Amino acid sequence: MSVDQATVRRVAHLARISVREEELAPLQEELNAILAFVEQLSALDVSGVEPMSGVIPLSLPLREDVVTDGHYPEKILANAPDAEGGFFTVPKVVE
Amino acid sequence: MTALNQLTLTQAREKLALREFTAVELTQSYLDAMAQARGLNAYLEETAEKALAMAAASDARISNSEGGPLEGMPIGVKDMFCTDGVATTAGSKILENFVPPYESTVTAQLWRDGAVMLGKLNNDEFAMGSSNETSAFGPVVSPWRREGDTTPLVPGGSSGGSAAAVAAFLCAGATGTDTGGSIRQPAAFTGTVGMKPTYGRCSRWGIVAYASSLDQAGPFARSVNDAALLLRSMAGHDPKDSTSVDLRVPNYEDAVGASVKGKRIGIPREYRVEGMSPEIVELWEQGAEMLRDAGAEVVDISLPHTQYALPAYYIVAPAEASSNLARYDGVRYGLRVPGRDVAEMYERTRAAGFGPEVRRRIMIGTYVLSAGYYDAYYLRAQKVRSLIKRDFDDVFAQGVDAVLTPTTPSPAFGIGEKSKADPVEMYLNDVFTVTVNLAGLPGISVPAGFSADGLPLGLQMIGRPFEEETLFSLAQVIEDAAGRFPVEDLWWAK
Repeated sequence: MSVDQATVRRVAHLARISVREEELAPLQEELNAILAFVEQLSALDVSGVEPMSGVIPLSLPLREDVVTDGHYPEKILANAPDAEGGFFTVPKVVE
Repeated sequence: MTALNQLTLTQAREKLALREFTAVELTQSYLDAMAQARGLNAYLEETAEKALAMAAASDARISNSEGGPLEGMPIGVKDMFCTDGVATTAGSKILENFVPPYESTVTAQLWRDGAVMLGKLNNDEFAMGSSNETSAFGPVVSPWRREGDTTPLVPGGSSGGSAAAVAAFLCAGATGTDTGGSIRQPAAFTGTVGMKPTYGRCSRWGIVAYASSLDQAGPFARSVNDAALLLRSMAGHDPKDSTSVDLRVPNYEDAVGASVKGKRIGIPREYRVEGMSPEIVELWEQGAEMLRDAGAEVVDISLPHTQYALPAYYIVAPAEASSNLARYDGVRYGLRVPGRDVAEMYERTRAAGFGPEVRRRIMIGTYVLSAGYYDAYYLRAQKVRSLIKRDFDDVFAQGVDAVLTPTTPSPAFGIGEKSKADPVEMYLNDVFTVTVNLAGLPGISVPAGFSADGLPLGLQMIGRPFEEETLFSLAQVIEDAAGRFPVEDLWWAK
């Protein structure tokens, strides 16, 4: 399978990365080189094989549903590019 | 007398215990060496003040006989580990000004045991690379050069700063992370020892996530025993990482020098890839001979799905990366580039903050997880991963204790030498190492010989889950037979 430029544009949008018009062609070429490389997997018969979801046989541990951490909003906000009044801010979402 | 920074960690620890010098003197010798080596670009940040304060505290503990297992040992930290109050960039512009308000579990355990932090080490952006050339803060120059040639070489990647710093005597040991070979490949390129432990052996808490089902932390060192000492402090159960395993951490040093008599070593025929250089083939045979001489039994084995490991990796890792890196949105931390609305802010922030390789992998990951392609790519790759793990399960069930392979198909290459147009060319560096991450197994790279032009070459040993001790025993056999590989010409300090 290979991707066309419209697909590259759509994937960039899904990934929330803006791509300039002149970047589309080189990106298409790079992505297609990778897709051509991974294509060899289709030669393999995987019928009846379970997909691997973890490398160690481990069930997720459970703990008491209690608060174990927190109460330091100033630390949480210390790296925010634009914090205000104890909150993260984003550009206006609702008109 | 050998300069203090050229001692192995094991030697420095013994001499410090005998009070031949102080921890402050040892740390100062590293800080002096670092000041002369800035041209290598191994450190992104030097924390000299913190280092000297920690070393002074070590001296106080030593004089009260309260020293920990790594008391006073100066360590460099890959910039993928969050360090409380010290900038952590993951080699990316998007985290250029990020100062974590917390410490990763692995580094916290090193400081608990008395180690001294010298600074943060350069790496490929978000650990995506095999040459350290994708770092937003410039490539790392290897302390190694080809004989009679001053071409700057890569130290490998993604833990290129860690490998170069250990090899150039800029720290006594370093932390690394390994998702597809990022500890073992740079260790092979720099004549150092690098260990990727079993998945779950070290906590991933506080390590910048790349591909969570593959990422593991591990040590870089100038000797096998040094690596064993470091891993003992780094490993252990952590309730904050639900994939970390609640198993006793052995005293790995006890395994160093233990007999390997009767151990069965598998030589996988599928690793004899086309175009592999004759010197690598020869090194591999010599490695088998060294283990045989020490009483191990060497047998031919087959790992039939080996050729599918790299393509499976380049689906699984980007898919997980595209999900993990969704958090860099310009809201809670890191870079923000303003836009008219929130979507434009996201898109501009991520376009400005991520370099080309990271963008490529996020986009591949997004594509293989998108509607209509999930089954064809991601689900299939996860099935292939089961087959690769089954290959190893089968040989271990036949009584094989460890698998011996070359670490890399070639020695280190020059900075800028690999084609930029075809990303796959760079990916082939990891052809012998990715299988280990996909199967979650422990692997060690130990230097074993030189290329024709005088560059170090490494051998990899792959073990059963949680049997790192066997790997340390086998690696010591190689070190005893092949010697250690210190850089002899400190050209950068002249």
